[in-house]
Amino acid sequence: MRKPRDYDDIPGTYVFDFERSHQGYHLNMFCMSLLKPENRKAFLEDERGYLEKFPMTAEQRQSVLDRDWLGMVKLGGNIYYTSKIGATLGKSFQYIAAEMSGVSQQEYADMMLKGGRSPIGNRSIAGKK
Amino acid sequence: MAKILAGVGTSHIPAIGAALDNGKSGEAYWKPVFDGYQRSKQWLAEIKPDVVILVYNDHGTAFGLDVVPTFALGIAAEYPPADEGWGPRPVPVIKGHLELSRHLAESLIFAGFDLTIVNEMAVDHGLTVPLSLMCGQPQEWPFKVIPLAVNVVLYPPPTGKRCFKLGQAIRKAVENFDQDLRVVVFGTGGMSHQLHGERAGLINREWDNKFLDDLTADPQRLAQLPHIEYMREAGAEGIELIMWLIMRGALNEKVREVYRFYHVPGSNTAVGNIIIENT
Repeated sequence: MRKPRDYDDIPGTYVFDFERSHQGYHLNMFCMSLLKPENRKAFLEDERGYLEKFPMTAEQRQSVLDRDWLGMVKLGGNIYYTSKIGATLGKSFQYIAAEMSGVSQQEYADMMLKGGRSPIGNRSIAGKK
Repeated sequence: MAKILAGVGTSHIPAIGAALDNGKSGEAYWKPVFDGYQRSKQWLAEIKPDVVILVYNDHGTAFGLDVVPTFALGIAAEYPPADEGWGPRPVPVIKGHLELSRHLAESLIFAGFDLTIVNEMAVDHGLTVPLSLMCGQPQEWPFKVIPLAVNVVLYPPPTGKRCFKLGQAIRKAVENFDQDLRVVVFGTGGMSHQLHGERAGLINREWDNKFLDDLTADPQRLAQLPHIEYMREAGAEGIELIMWLIMRGALNEKVREVYRFYHVPGSNTAVGNIIIENT
């Protein structure tokens, strides 16, 4: 069983540790393959076929096809890797961040312009502080 | 002898590079960021370093999850800008300093830092955006660069304390190098930001500014901060700030803050910049 960690208590956060990196290894390495232009082209031409080349789970493949950005993270995706899918599709970090936090890109951008998400109430699940 | 003159702390937000590359640096959203760096740019142009030791992190670009070096020192003659999914940034190739980088690698390993040595590596926004912010858009970068890549992507990154000590060892190594070189150390990344999960967009202005204060007032406090504090207070990706401690460790105990700039937002992130000189 996984040892509890101090960071499990941070809300809305999925620290990319060894367990998550094992869970998401092939998903993330698929993302990394998109650094090559010929692979970006192959992915855009046939997403399903391209994803089949990587031994990831059906759920992980589906999360990519569905553009389920939060789902990818929950399945072991790391944002620095999944953002390469974003780059391939012409989507920014900010677009992905808005999707993950469940608001429109405009609402998210407005929140950032107002100084960002406050740490107050967002520090701890147990302490709700 | 070589000498470390100063340290620079700076964010390395990719959207800043994109704004500059796409001619958007004068737009209302980005102008305050580029204006805020004017003073630093001028300072760097005046101090004229021969070499910058640039502490940054790779973002799944040169290193994947197959091999994850905790500290990786570049000893190459040059480093091309990387394709991060939208083509390489249109910036000059980064030139290394062979003699100093070899000397650093040898000295640091004998000082007990078991570095990974890199002979070929493309460098991503983590390294190129700080250069753009501090130098603008020159035809060639005005100094040689020695990249020091730190793992902050796969938990756990090295401790802040270890980073600080690595900085101290870098100072000693530079001072023992027998060429007259002017060296500046960049610590990059941060400041507060979280890019993933439902908590994406977290910014902690108060915490960031205390961090900036203590780079001069109480660096030992910063060196003792545990990872959980960065992640909880400055966002999960805010842990990049440990890299600033390598820069700080490479400076004298007595330093003075020359300039500071802080601005929210740069896309998802608090933009921070500080210049610290040895006294």
